[in-house]
Amino acid sequence: MGGIRTAGDLVARMQFTRGMRLTEAKQYVADKLGVTVLDLSDPVAMLDVRKEKGIGAMYESEITSTDDPIALEAKFNIAALLDIPINCVELFKEKVSRGGTKL
Amino acid sequence: MVGYARVLEAESVEVVPVEGKIRTRMGDGALVEMTTAEIRADLEEGTQAGAKRSKNPELSQDELDHLFDIFASNNRVTGVDIGDEAILSYDGCGSQDMGTRLNDLQVYEQILCADSLELYNHDYSYKPCKPLVPYEQAIMRQCQLLLTAPCGYGAMSDLGRYTVPDGPVTNWSQLLPLGKIDEAREAQEEAVELASEDMVFVADGMVEAGIDHIDFDTAGAAGDADFLATLKAIEKIRARHPDLGIQIGMAGEFVLGMHGELEYDGVRLAGMWPLQQMQAAVKAGVTIFGPAVNVNTGKSTAWNTARVITICKPCCEQSTVPVHLNAGMGVGAVPMHILPPGDATTRASRAAVELMRLDGL
Repeated sequence: MGGIRTAGDLVARMQFTRGMRLTEAKQYVADKLGVTVLDLSDPVAMLDVRKEKGIGAMYESEITSTDDPIALEAKFNIAALLDIPINCVELFKEKVSRGGTKL
Repeated sequence: MVGYARVLEAESVEVVPVEGKIRTRMGDGALVEMTTAEIRADLEEGTQAGAKRSKNPELSQDELDHLFDIFASNNRVTGVDIGDEAILSYDGCGSQDMGTRLNDLQVYEQILCADSLELYNHDYSYKPCKPLVPYEQAIMRQCQLLLTAPCGYGAMSDLGRYTVPDGPVTNWSQLLPLGKIDEAREAQEEAVELASEDMVFVADGMVEAGIDHIDFDTAGAAGDADFLATLKAIEKIRARHPDLGIQIGMAGEFVLGMHGELEYDGVRLAGMWPLQQMQAAVKAGVTIFGPAVNVNTGKSTAWNTARVITICKPCCEQSTVPVHLNAGMGVGAVPMHILPPGDATTRASRAAVELMRLDGL
């Protein structure tokens, strides 16, 4: 479906984490992003959406800037946006809190 | 495509129809030319063969016509309509021959735009992975820091690894020809417990490292005991990790009865086809199910595709979890070749997604 160039990674997360079938997963993600299902596989539409919501994109310097969340940074926002637990995000929160950091 | 040739002979002119040739592939990857009539015949024979084996209904005429439209084309590649894309998952990403394993996953995410990623060990079985868990965890932690797409860990159940000389259990493949059926069954039952324990151990360790999902590939490769070991592991893993993605990929279109009497949840595993395999896997707790249908290398890709769809369609229609058809070398109608050609792969994939309500590949 295009991975992080589109919304493929997000739809994949709903399949893996919640066992949603494709149609349901696409609609769920579209609703959460505030876009149409057709937009999900459109890299032109999705780049703007991904940057606006801070959910990561290709980290080549002409595509994302230092101000755009990528990788683990983005996954924090993905977890909140899709309302799903992301394992590495939960582990990160737990580990940094051991030093007294509050997230 | 139909052309016409004019044959001039003496004082007579005769016009005869000549059917155009379509370039297509055989199941071993060989490039051949077939007429449109031959492609149609192969599609019909393929669905008949699939229906006969699986006892599922044959494809309808509309479905066969749809497949014909896909295969009766000389286009280099083909694809689904814009908006109908499905999700791709993997049994391991990258060759591990260039750069690090993390680099492999970054290439898949950033350049190939994979929807999901899978870290794997070159010895792609859970038994050899078990002693390497700390090293796999170290890589996975780095992966989770630097990747955005969901990243899991995968390996094969591979029950045969537990037999002598690689493991502690007597080799049932050697016992069976000797007529030692009871001993062979006991050996398989012993291996089931060992394998299941190892799969749970690896899964627990990789969850600690941050995986998004765990993948059990080629489940059932060593028969019904192999499938049972995987199901038992999945059940335990699901109970311990309610939010973990769990993917299972089968080894073949039906489960071989190497033991013959093993059951899961009261249903015999030997002889299960994709629909029953899916039902058992869902009961165990998977979130993605992957049927596998083996390629007949002596038949065309069109024949194989019609057969795959006939066998898997009921599974896709009735599944309550996403179905990711195994489509690769020698399965899912993709030719059995180390470099599966894109023309055949895209045709088989498009056909499967469009005709089976497939969630992914």
